[in-house]
Amino acid sequence: MTTSQFAVARSGSSLVIRACRGSVSVLVRPRTVAVNLGLAALVLALFCVAVAVGTQVLPLGDVLAGVVGQADGGTTLIVQEFRLPRVMVAVLVGAALGLSGALVQGVTRNPIAAPDVLGVTAGASFGGVLVLLAFGGTAFGYGGAAAELSQIGVPLGAVAGAFVAAALVLLIGGARGVGRQLTFSTQRVVLVGIICHAAFIGLVHWGLATGDVDQATKAAGWLVGSLHGRGWEHVSGVATALVVLFPVALVLSRRLGPLALGEPSAATLGLPVARSQVGLFLVAFALTGTAAAAAGPVDFVALLAPQIARRLTRTPGVPPVASALTGAAMLLAADLVARLAIPGTELPAGAVTALVGAPYLLWLVIRSQGGTR
Amino acid sequence: MSTPSPPPHVRLAAGTFAALLLLVVIVGFGLAAGSRDLALSEVLNALTHRGENDASIIVWEQRIPRTLLGVLVGAALGVGGALAQGITRNPLADPALIGVSSGAALAIVLGSFVFGVTTLAPQILLGTVGAAVVGGAVLSLAGYGRGGMAPTSLALVGLSMSALIVAIISVMVLLDAQTLDEYRYWLVGALAGKGAPTVTVVAPVILTGLLATLLAVRGLDALALGEDVARGLGVRVGGARLLSGLGVVLLTSTAVAAAGPISFVGLVVPHVARAITGPRHGWLLPYAALLGASLLVAADVVGRLVVRPAELQVGVVTALVGAPLVLILLKRSKMAGATL
Repeated sequence: MTTSQFAVARSGSSLVIRACRGSVSVLVRPRTVAVNLGLAALVLALFCVAVAVGTQVLPLGDVLAGVVGQADGGTTLIVQEFRLPRVMVAVLVGAALGLSGALVQGVTRNPIAAPDVLGVTAGASFGGVLVLLAFGGTAFGYGGAAAELSQIGVPLGAVAGAFVAAALVLLIGGARGVGRQLTFSTQRVVLVGIICHAAFIGLVHWGLATGDVDQATKAAGWLVGSLHGRGWEHVSGVATALVVLFPVALVLSRRLGPLALGEPSAATLGLPVARSQVGLFLVAFALTGTAAAAAGPVDFVALLAPQIARRLTRTPGVPPVASALTGAAMLLAADLVARLAIPGTELPAGAVTALVGAPYLLWLVIRSQGGTR
Repeated sequence: MSTPSPPPHVRLAAGTFAALLLLVVIVGFGLAAGSRDLALSEVLNALTHRGENDASIIVWEQRIPRTLLGVLVGAALGVGGALAQGITRNPLADPALIGVSSGAALAIVLGSFVFGVTTLAPQILLGTVGAAVVGGAVLSLAGYGRGGMAPTSLALVGLSMSALIVAIISVMVLLDAQTLDEYRYWLVGALAGKGAPTVTVVAPVILTGLLATLLAVRGLDALALGEDVARGLGVRVGGARLLSGLGVVLLTSTAVAAAGPISFVGLVVPHVARAITGPRHGWLLPYAALLGASLLVAADVVGRLVVRPAELQVGVVTALVGAPLVLILLKRSKMAGATL
């Protein structure tokens, strides 16, 4: 070991940076760094376009002036009150979904085990629909206290639903005392998750059939996942959650590498396997709940962003940062398409992610079949 | 397997009789229970003398069609699930996984959105066709019929196909509240309010499907060992596969089109039946039919009783009862080999 503060060593195509006499070391892949920078630039570009484009297209100069409050009143209003919060919610929610998908896929070692498949998103859906049915419909009238309540209540319901689903999935699926030690089976988590997903979807359908048609329409709209009319209160909610969860996720995701070798090998390497797995699941599910609270249950971003990111970085495991950036870019692009696809109407962003994401997944599956035969 | 030899046929035959008896008792409850309870004597009287009194009208016009539909749909889902799990060798295969539920949903929503079809018989027909098309597409895209089909790819293809269809449906439903109103009552899965016309549409199809699958029993037993082994045993794999594939799609699509995407019956019943009979399809399929019918009618009765005078739709009851049942099965590791 060198005595200097920093040391850089080559290891295959990647660099190992050591600091503090080798007690801290980071593996850096130049390709991953380049991909991350490229993705960040893409997110920035999409961000600018998304703020500029809409029913009224603004030149970039006006956008920048509007952001700092130097443009004329109308432009500043459009930029600061309508477009900026919406676009920021898209970035933050997309990043949260991409990251949560990366963590779940990494810890289960299963490329399609996203929170959408494991029942957590469905739990959030049910929570939100319950609140919408209780407070959002004609029975309580529009406007006034009931509308206020549903504004706050739906996100809270979504978070609560996600939490209940996550607890069910982890408690029933996960912990199993075998012999001397508590072990944790990710495969059972996946199975129990699929079952919880089906059960919660059944309950969501019941909710849809129970309310009157206005409530059902509202609920059906929310269930697709949309960024329509998102304001600064949504931004601050997701941003707060991300500020807490993102660093935790990054630290914990360092354990994905050993976990990818399989539980026994990871344990041999000295990793507290069960605790790491539970921690990763908890962070991922918290991110999912946050995202659903802000934008509704958007499908496919958490499932596909890690897959795309992994193909870009060509890393053996799922890259968390690149997945988050890919998720942000996906949701930004989806919302842009959703706003512009049909002039005069606005599609929900969640419909666009599903309409594009599902065929892509189908194509991936079919192509991988051809490859194995 | 913990039991080395198949259970004796006498026991299984007696068990079939017991299952039949169970179904008869549950059907009796199905006729008697509801927002207005009837005594058993009233039911029997109404059955033997069809008249103009209240009891007779309730039994003949409401409860008999509803219970019959429950029996038919439950049997179709049970057998369809058993077949699907058999031919795909995937313990999670059920109508939802092979895309049949979403196919029927798409056809019904399209029918309402584009053509304004809201009457029951054409809806069922449309739903059956849509389910058959999508179910067939999922099976063939997943490699069914071209030799090895990995259980994983079936789950993946089914999942992505369903997600695509759900997205298309949600756009149509958002654009048209009328369509949503039609669709949401079908979506929850219910036997109520369908009446005799539905039964007359559905019964011949499901009965034909059930009989046809009996012809595939021997081929299925061989297929369960894997295609190569089956071929080695001298079984004509193609015929058995085609017949059972058609059987799955026909049975589940008709059931789903008529009663909505009822979850868990097609998943749980085959596992319970297999726990009793072992893997032989000759016993498994009749058990799955009887138990599926019993489960669905029982769930319908429960849904009628728990929130009286309102009703809980049968699809909600099966989801609430089915999920814990599957979890218990998992606990006992009957599905330990299941992978996504």
